Amino acid sequence: MGGAEFVQLSLTPILIGLFASIACALPGNFLLLRRQALIGDAISHVVLPGIVVAFLITGTVAAWPMMAGAAVAAIVAVLLIEIIRRLGRIESGAAMGVVFTTLFAAGVLLLEQSDTSSVHLDVEHALYGNLESLIWFDATGWGSLFDPEALAGLPPQLPRMALAVVGLVLFTLLLWKELAISTFDAVFAQAIGIRTGLVSFALVVATAIAAVAAFDAVGSIIVIAMFICPPAAARLMTDSLPRQVWWSVGFASLSAVLGYVLAGYGPGWFGSPHSVSAAGMIATVSGVILAIACLFGPKRRRVGQAIEAR
Amino acid sequence: MNGLDIFFEALTLRAGYNSALVAIGAALLGIAGGGAGAFIFLRKRALVSDAVSHATLPGIAIAFIVMAALGGTGRWMPGLLAGSAISAAAGLLIVEWMARRTRLSEDAAIGAVLSVFFGLGIVLLTVIQTSSSGQQAGLGSFLLGSTAGMLISEAYTIAAAGAVAAILVFAMRKPMTLVAFDPDFASANGFNVRLTDIAILTLSLIVTVIGLKVVGLILIVALLIIPPVAARFWTDRVDWLILISAGIGGAAGYLGAAASSAFEGFPTGPVIVLVAFFLFLGSLLLSPLRGALASALRHWQFRRRVHERQGLLALARNEPILDGLTLSVLRRAGSIRRDGVATLSGRAAAAKALQDEARWAEALRGKTDNPILEQYDGLTPIEDLLTADQIAELDRRLARLEAAT
Repeated sequence: MGGAEFVQLSLTPILIGLFASIACALPGNFLLLRRQALIGDAISHVVLPGIVVAFLITGTVAAWPMMAGAAVAAIVAVLLIEIIRRLGRIESGAAMGVVFTTLFAAGVLLLEQSDTSSVHLDVEHALYGNLESLIWFDATGWGSLFDPEALAGLPPQLPRMALAVVGLVLFTLLLWKELAISTFDAVFAQAIGIRTGLVSFALVVATAIAAVAAFDAVGSIIVIAMFICPPAAARLMTDSLPRQVWWSVGFASLSAVLGYVLAGYGPGWFGSPHSVSAAGMIATVSGVILAIACLFGPKRRRVGQAIEAR
Repeated sequence: MNGLDIFFEALTLRAGYNSALVAIGAALLGIAGGGAGAFIFLRKRALVSDAVSHATLPGIAIAFIVMAALGGTGRWMPGLLAGSAISAAAGLLIVEWMARRTRLSEDAAIGAVLSVFFGLGIVLLTVIQTSSSGQQAGLGSFLLGSTAGMLISEAYTIAAAGAVAAILVFAMRKPMTLVAFDPDFASANGFNVRLTDIAILTLSLIVTVIGLKVVGLILIVALLIIPPVAARFWTDRVDWLILISAGIGGAAGYLGAAASSAFEGFPTGPVIVLVAFFLFLGSLLLSPLRGALASALRHWQFRRRVHERQGLLALARNEPILDGLTLSVLRRAGSIRRDGVATLSGRAAAAKALQDEARWAEALRGKTDNPILEQYDGLTPIEDLLTADQIAELDRRLARLEAAT
């Protein structure tokens, strides 16, 4: 396979997968430590009704209204979970389960009711995206990276995803102190004047942004996997938060690249001319990494469990 | 005939043999889901069942591949369900193992298993899609369920498995209730907490597997979560919680399946989930025990009582009343006239309130060990809690105090 073909067919999907994975893994670290890992799961389910409603209002499948709809749906879902949890005095897991199944069901029903035959909008697409189709038609080789005309033909998901990554990196860096302190010791954080409620809300919004941007490019399944698996594996490697974040970025990148390559070229090694779902494969690779970390990670045990478990 | 007519026909099982079958099957599924879900809810592990249901997908795909490789069509239902049960059980065990043996919390384990198993399932589905063209059409329906063209044997399977799940709930209710409320006490009494936990989740696994065909693996978890959450609004007792939860689940399954057969473009699974949600919403708003309207009403009545009491005390002490709500409460009770002057009955009530306040103050002085006095809330008349002799004693003490000063 030559460089030209690689740049045209594989470079952009790999980069998009990479950016999506990193964008989700960054807030995932804090969600994991705050035991809110499943917020990402809930958010990625409610993205579907969000984009369907946006489609019904605008009548197009343009990216920005859909992303706005998804973001609104994510925030509505988080508020609903909180309302149900407080009104009914029930645990947040159950409240979450009520909200995201209902909203997802509403999304499917709306989709069935509305005429979407003319546009590319269906449940399968929402679940596992279509990473393989995000190819760069105008590229002729590595030289196209410096050719403004070819660059204009890049799939729009790539710059959007790059923007989301930059945004999330900035979010992590700028709010590092607040996030870290309020995650580990909320009372101390309040005592030194950090508004923990606001930090939590900012984290949820950042999560929603990552989920929505990545969802557009790669579908929910990668989003959920990347919120949880790389940070969880990283947590088993180190006790230091900065190192954990670096490990998670590394694991997310490895999953994205290896997953894409295995999905695209793996079946060929077994003599099959077809490829398999890249999104599914990226999630699978992140799971394999987590499994290895669970078995061999240096910090896999709880404090005090090391001796007892032997 | 329009959709509404068909809906009522479906409700009364007259809309054809097939939709009657589906409606009964969905109702049984809902009853089993609500019953099993009640324990999962009490054990605060609602989302473990979400991991279990997503973990069914690779099992379905592998079962299909194996059966196709052995020369079958690959779509033999019991084989697919067995495959889904095996991989769901594997997912469940991995969640348990990760939460116990690593430092990761259970919610991280749930999310990891859910997404990775689902991702693997999607990979395997694309393998099937490309290797045996067109045959996978049946497998996609497991994602969101599809009751169109359900076979009678499948309906019987659902009914039988639903009955088995219901019997299991009944047989295990005592250890499961104990473990759900007080794991330490249960373990001290010789119940194996871990085994009971696994039994609870096995129930959710059974419901998931039989629900794949009707509701689909993404939404089946709703039948385990929404009914018990809705039932919780109506009762504080476990046995009632299980019954109400099963009833709500059954009603959602039945109504949802009937609506789905009557209206165009109403997919069964999502409609069942939405019916369950509306039952939940009704419970949240209307339940007299913990419902939102009932607690708003109680709060409002409490406020009125506080304002009336304070207003009467102010009248008795000849203090001016400025608060608008207090004035309107007193006016409505007929205690003051429109110009704010106390009426005859108002003055009597005010004197009574002042006397009550004095008696309470005397009763509470230095006597904090009386459990009856601990019910003091500043509003209840003392005659409601103490006997006539006790009050007479209080009055004697008050008279002595007055004489002394």
